[in-house]
Formats: sequence, structure tokens, C-alpha cells
Amino acid sequence: MSIRSSLLPRTFRVVERHEETADTATLVLEAEDGAPLEFAPGQFNMLYAFGRGEAPISLSGDPASPQRLLHTIRAAGPVTEALAGLRPGEHLALRGPYGSRWPVEESEGKDVLVIAGGLGLAPLRPVIYRLLAARERYGRIVVLYGARGPDGLLYRAELESWRSRLDLEVEVTVDHANGAWHGDVGVVPSLIPRARFSPADAVAMVCGPEVMMRFTVAALLERGLAPEQIHLSLERNMRCGVAQCGHCQLGPFLVCRDGPVLPYTRLGELLTIHEL
Amino acid sequence: MQTIERIVREHPFFQGLDEASSTLIAGCARNAVFHVGEHLFREGEPADLFFLLRHGKVALEFNAPGREPLTFATLQEGEVLGAAWLFPPYRWSYDARAVELTRAVALDGKCLREKAERDHDFGYELMKRFVPVFARRLQQTRLQLLDVYGRPRTGGGRP
Repeated sequence: MSIRSSLLPRTFRVVERHEETADTATLVLEAEDGAPLEFAPGQFNMLYAFGRGEAPISLSGDPASPQRLLHTIRAAGPVTEALAGLRPGEHLALRGPYGSRWPVEESEGKDVLVIAGGLGLAPLRPVIYRLLAARERYGRIVVLYGARGPDGLLYRAELESWRSRLDLEVEVTVDHANGAWHGDVGVVPSLIPRARFSPADAVAMVCGPEVMMRFTVAALLERGLAPEQIHLSLERNMRCGVAQCGHCQLGPFLVCRDGPVLPYTRLGELLTIHEL
Repeated sequence: MQTIERIVREHPFFQGLDEASSTLIAGCARNAVFHVGEHLFREGEPADLFFLLRHGKVALEFNAPGREPLTFATLQEGEVLGAAWLFPPYRWSYDARAVELTRAVALDGKCLREKAERDHDFGYELMKRFVPVFARRLQQTRLQLLDVYGRPRTGGGRP
């Protein structure tokens, strides 16, 4: 795709809206021109709320359904507030998909750890769909997910359905809870020591707040994974989406083009440099 | 049937422990079972024990008047519960309640303290196992306190 064509937005219509948490909603979008938008797990689109502005939002639906795009949006600023508030029948403009993908195919034959914190489950959900669609090609699949509290968990019904599968290990934890919550309490890295997988033959895909990812990487390394077995998805201030504006620079990388998914070996100490 | 010494030695917390030390520890150990809702201990009670969790789940809680207990952590199979037996005043500073049927090895802290006083190599071995657990849980508590899933407090120019 040339830069010119990848910058051209298309109009999409909101066909469904699902309230995930108090400030987060999932929009189901269909293109007005009816053409599908093929994407890979991990990629994102630039969504434009008319008159308000653009924001990079991960694709969170099934890559096998490119005519029905899902975006889970947290109202964190004026643009995302406008996007998350769109109702069925309303429109937005969209360009993409942009960015790198999770190493789903490269993980065939291995144990796969999908580790998410908070909204980080959104860009990893397409991975889970892909893994489950070709379940026999993978070893153990472990999903570890954490949120601030029970009311911050995304995709509750789907989590329940995944948990009921015998070929998938799903562990959910929250940082804070009261008596109404009967699940685990603790941070996501605390789930790693007891997860069942073979460290020598596993791939970890991690997405969440950067602090959470740093602690998670430490726990994975302690469990015996090598740095090259770990992949992270970064959130940076992406504006153009096509590596032209430089807003999302992280050291030698432009996260919109080189990321958002990057192997930990390439990120190394960049994550701990304050100035970045 | 597994002997308590073997159970102790096979528990992840004591993995790799030499035979002499596991014999010392097993001399202070007994099996314990807690049904759902049953407390392993409560805040303020004397901390004479610690637990190697073998099965089930335990919620660690703070109680505050007029509100539901606040759970700050859950522990499960393979984990160790309780360190207040190591340091004065030897009292629990929170509640521990079984939220699933829980099987554990209960270890007599006073008995182990006395053995550690007599045999400092043994005591050092115990400390080498407990200190990383303290450090890891302190890190995890920091992460909880950071509230990383909340909205950024300072302007990050979020769209």
C-alpha cells in the first residue's frame, strides 16, 4: 500500500455498540462501500471522529471477519470520548490497518502465553481468535488477564466462555476486590509462576500499561523464558500512522511502523530510559 | 502415602532443600485442612504458624467497620502463606480465609525459630527462601499501589 492510499480514510458505520466498562465501549463497524479490511492481529486503525480528531485504536475483532471490524475504545480524552460515544447508525472515518503484527504463525508448535492488563486485552483478542481457529497447531495456550477491579474487565462473557474450554487455560486477576469477587486478587505477574507451560518452548505476547509489562517481563525471565521469546505491544503518541510525523518515536523506532508489536530483544533497555 | 517430610521437600517453596533441613522442618509440620469460609488466622492473633499451600485458594483480607472485607491478595497451591512468625511481636496483621477447600502443611513457627537459633546455617537457609518471597510480594504491592490501569493523573495529551 502506498503512503497516499494508506492515508485515505473510508467511511464506516457503527452497527453495534457494546458497553464494556464505565468508560470503555466496543464498536462494531462496517464499511459504507462494503469492502472488507483485511488485518493481522496486533494492527491498529486511525479512527476519525468527525470534527473532533483522530486516534489510533487497536483492532480487537476476529481477523477472519474483515467485513466486521471491532474496536474497543476507552474514553480517555476528547477524541476517544467522541468515538466511544458513537451509537449504531452513526459514522466515523477510518484509515489503516497500520503497524506490525503478533507472531501468531511463527508460534505454531509452541506453547503460547497471552498476557494482558486492562485495555491490553483488546489488541490480543485477535490473537486468541486465531489460536483457537487452528487450535491443533499449538501446544498449551494460556491467557493471563488482569484489571484494576472486577468492573474493569473487558469481554466478560467471552472470558467465561474461554474459561469453560478444556483446551485453554484462562486465569483472571484483579488488583483490588471486595467480597463480591470470588476470583484471584493480585497483579498479572503473580499469575506467571503457576501457569502451566514449557518455558523452553513458549512464546509470550504481552500488552498492557508499560509498568505492568516491565514487571511481567521480569516474571517471564525468572520463569525461564529467553528475551527472544517475549513480544510486547507498545502504546505511543501515534498521529500519522505511517512513520512520517515522528510523534511516536521511541529511540530508533517509530512505533506506528516498527510496532506496536515489537520483540523484547529489540526494545531491551529502551523501556527503562526515562527520557523516552 | 506421602510422608510429611516428602510433602515438605516437594513443595515449591522448599524445592532443593537438603535432607537434614527437611527433616528439621518436618519435625515442626502437620497437615491442615480448611473448608470454604474458614479462617486460617485472623488479624491480631498470635502468629505461631505458617503454611505451605498444597491445594485450594486463600484470600488475604483487611477488615474495616461498616464495609465488606477488602481482599488484597489471593494465594494458591505452591505458595507460602505467613511470615509474621519470623519477627516480633509474632502477630498476624491481616486475615487469611479459605475461599476454596484448602489443604496445607502447617508449620510451627516457634519450633522452627528455636531450631534456627540453634543452627544458624539452617536459619540462613530459611531466610534465603523467605526473603525473595518478601521482595516479590513487595514489588507486587508497589504495582498494585501504582494503579496502572487508572487514568493518567498528569496531562499526557491523550486523544
